[in-house]
Amino acid sequence: MEKRATFSNKFLPYLLVAPQLAITLIFFYWPASQAVKESFFIQDAFGTTSSFVGLENYRTLFADPYYFHSMGVTAVFAIAVTAASLSIALLLAVQADRGIRGKMAYQTLLVWPYAVAPAVAGVIWIFLFQPSLGYFAHLVRALGVDWNPLLDGNQAMTLVVIAAMWKQISYNFLFFLAGLQAIPKSLIEAAAIDGARPTRRFWTIVFPLLSPTTFFLVVVNIVYVFFDTLGLIDAVTGGGPAKATETLVYKVFQDGKLGGDLGGSNAQSVILMIIVIVLTSIQFRYVERKVTY
Amino acid sequence: MVENRPFGNILAHLILIAGVLVIVFPVYMAFVASTWDPATIANGKLGLLPGPYLVENYSRILFEGTGRTTRAHVDVMLLNSFVSAMIIATGKIAISLISSYAIVYFRFPLRMVAFWLIFLTLMFPVEVRIYPTYKIVADLGLLDTYAGLSVPLIASATATLLFRQFFMTVPDELLEAAKIDAAGPLRFFKDVLLPLSRTNIAALFVILFIYGWNQYLWPLLITTRDDMQTVVIGIKKIVTVQDALTEWQLAMATAILAMLPPVLVVVVMQKLFVKGLVETEK
Repeated sequence: MEKRATFSNKFLPYLLVAPQLAITLIFFYWPASQAVKESFFIQDAFGTTSSFVGLENYRTLFADPYYFHSMGVTAVFAIAVTAASLSIALLLAVQADRGIRGKMAYQTLLVWPYAVAPAVAGVIWIFLFQPSLGYFAHLVRALGVDWNPLLDGNQAMTLVVIAAMWKQISYNFLFFLAGLQAIPKSLIEAAAIDGARPTRRFWTIVFPLLSPTTFFLVVVNIVYVFFDTLGLIDAVTGGGPAKATETLVYKVFQDGKLGGDLGGSNAQSVILMIIVIVLTSIQFRYVERKVTY
Repeated sequence: MVENRPFGNILAHLILIAGVLVIVFPVYMAFVASTWDPATIANGKLGLLPGPYLVENYSRILFEGTGRTTRAHVDVMLLNSFVSAMIIATGKIAISLISSYAIVYFRFPLRMVAFWLIFLTLMFPVEVRIYPTYKIVADLGLLDTYAGLSVPLIASATATLLFRQFFMTVPDELLEAAKIDAAGPLRFFKDVLLPLSRTNIAALFVILFIYGWNQYLWPLLITTRDDMQTVVIGIKKIVTVQDALTEWQLAMATAILAMLPPVLVVVVMQKLFVKGLVETEK
C-alpha cells in the first residue's frame, strides 16, 4: 500500500529518518555484528589480545552439559508459565465475557500486574515464600512439605514459575477478552437454539474461533519467558540453586559477567538471535494470514 | 447474554473474585509487611492487617536511606526511574513519528532500506547483544548518565510500525488540500498529522512509560554509582545483602513505591492502556 500524494523534497526525508537510523546502527546493528564476530574469537584473560578460533566457541558450547541443562530449564519454564497463565487467563476471560455486572471493575482489578516490573514481582514472591518468615512458606510447611527454595532446585523453579505466571495472567486475560468479544454472538445463539449447552458451545465454537488469539499468545508468552524474566530470575534465585533456574538468557548474562568468557557468551548470544528471529517470524506470519477456519 | 443461568452467573462471579484475590493478595501482603517493624516480620507473626509503622518505614526509605543495606535513597532512585522512563517514552515516540512520516509521505531512494533497517531491530532485543552494546556505551562515555540509561533503548520498530499504519489510513485528500493551501511538509505534519495522532500517541505513551520504568538488565549493566540507580534494580540490592539481614519492611515499602507509578498509570488511563497494548501487538 502506497500513498497517492506525497511531498517531494531532497533532504528533509533523510533528516527525518536520521535519528532513528543513527540509534539503530550504533546501538543495534553494530553490537549485534560485534557479537557475531567475537563469537569466532577467544580473548585472553586480560582482554588485550584475541585470536581467531573459528567455530571453537560453538564446539565448546555444545560440549558443555550446562548449556543443554539450561536449554531444558528454559523449556520447562516456558511451558509451565505459558500453559498455566494461558489457562487461568482464559478461565477468567470467559467468566468476564458472560455479560455479568461489574465487568470493568474485574478488568481493572485483574490487569494492573502488567505494570509491575518482573524484578519487583519477584521480590514480593521471595518474601511470601521466604522459608523462615514467609506467609505462604508457613502454609506449605503446614501441608508437610519441607519448603526451602534456596536449597531445592524444583522448589526454586516452582517459585519463579509462580511469580512469572502471576505477572503474565493480566496480559493474556486482556487479549482473550478482546478475542472473545470479537466472536459473533449469533453463532453462540444459533448453537444454543440447537440445544448445545455452555460447555459444549465453548469447546466446539468459542475455543476453535479463539485459536488465532491463543496461537499469538503462545508465541508472546514464550518470548516473555525467554527475555523478560531475566530480572525476575536475577532477583529471586540468581539462577540457583546449582543452576536449577538458569535460563538461556540468564546464562549469557552470567557467563559474560562473572565468568568473563566473552567468546562463549557471544556464541550463546548468536544462538539466541537465531531463536528470536524464528519466533518473530512466526509472530509476523501470523499477522499476515491469521489461523482461521 | 444467550440464556439466563443465575447459577452460572454466581459461579462466574465466584471464579472472578477468586482470580482477583490471587492477583491482589501478594501485593496486599507486601503492603501489610511495609507497615510493621522487623521483629514482627522476623518472628513470622505478620497478620492480615496493616500495622502502626507505615509513616516510619516509608519516611526512612525516602528521606534517610536504608542505612546499612545501601547508601542510595529511594527518592533518588524514583527520580532516576521517572526521568529515564520519560526520556525513553517521549524519545521513542518522537523519533518514530518523524521516521514513519518520512517513510509514508516522501519518496526517496533507500526509503525501503530505511524501513527494513528499523523494522528488523525487533530481532535484536538487548538481551542477545548485552556485552557489545555495553562496550559501545562505555566507549562513548555514557556510563552512569541519563543519556546512557535511555538513548540506546529509544529506537522503536513497534512505534514506527504503529505510526506508519496509522498514517496510511489518513485520507490522501487531507494532503492534497494542504498542498493546495500551500502548506509545506513541516506545516502539514504539525497542523494536520500531529493533532490526528493524539490518541495514538497517548496510548503508546502509557505502554512505553511502563516499558521504560520497568527496565532491568540495561540499568543494571550501565550504572555503577548508587545515585544513578533506578528503583527496579535498587530494590534487589536491598533484599540480597544477606538474607538474614534483609530488612523486609523496607524492601516491601520500596517494592510498593516501585510499582505505584506504573500501576497508577494503568488504572487511571485504562482505556488508553488497553488500546496501546492491543495496537502495539498488531
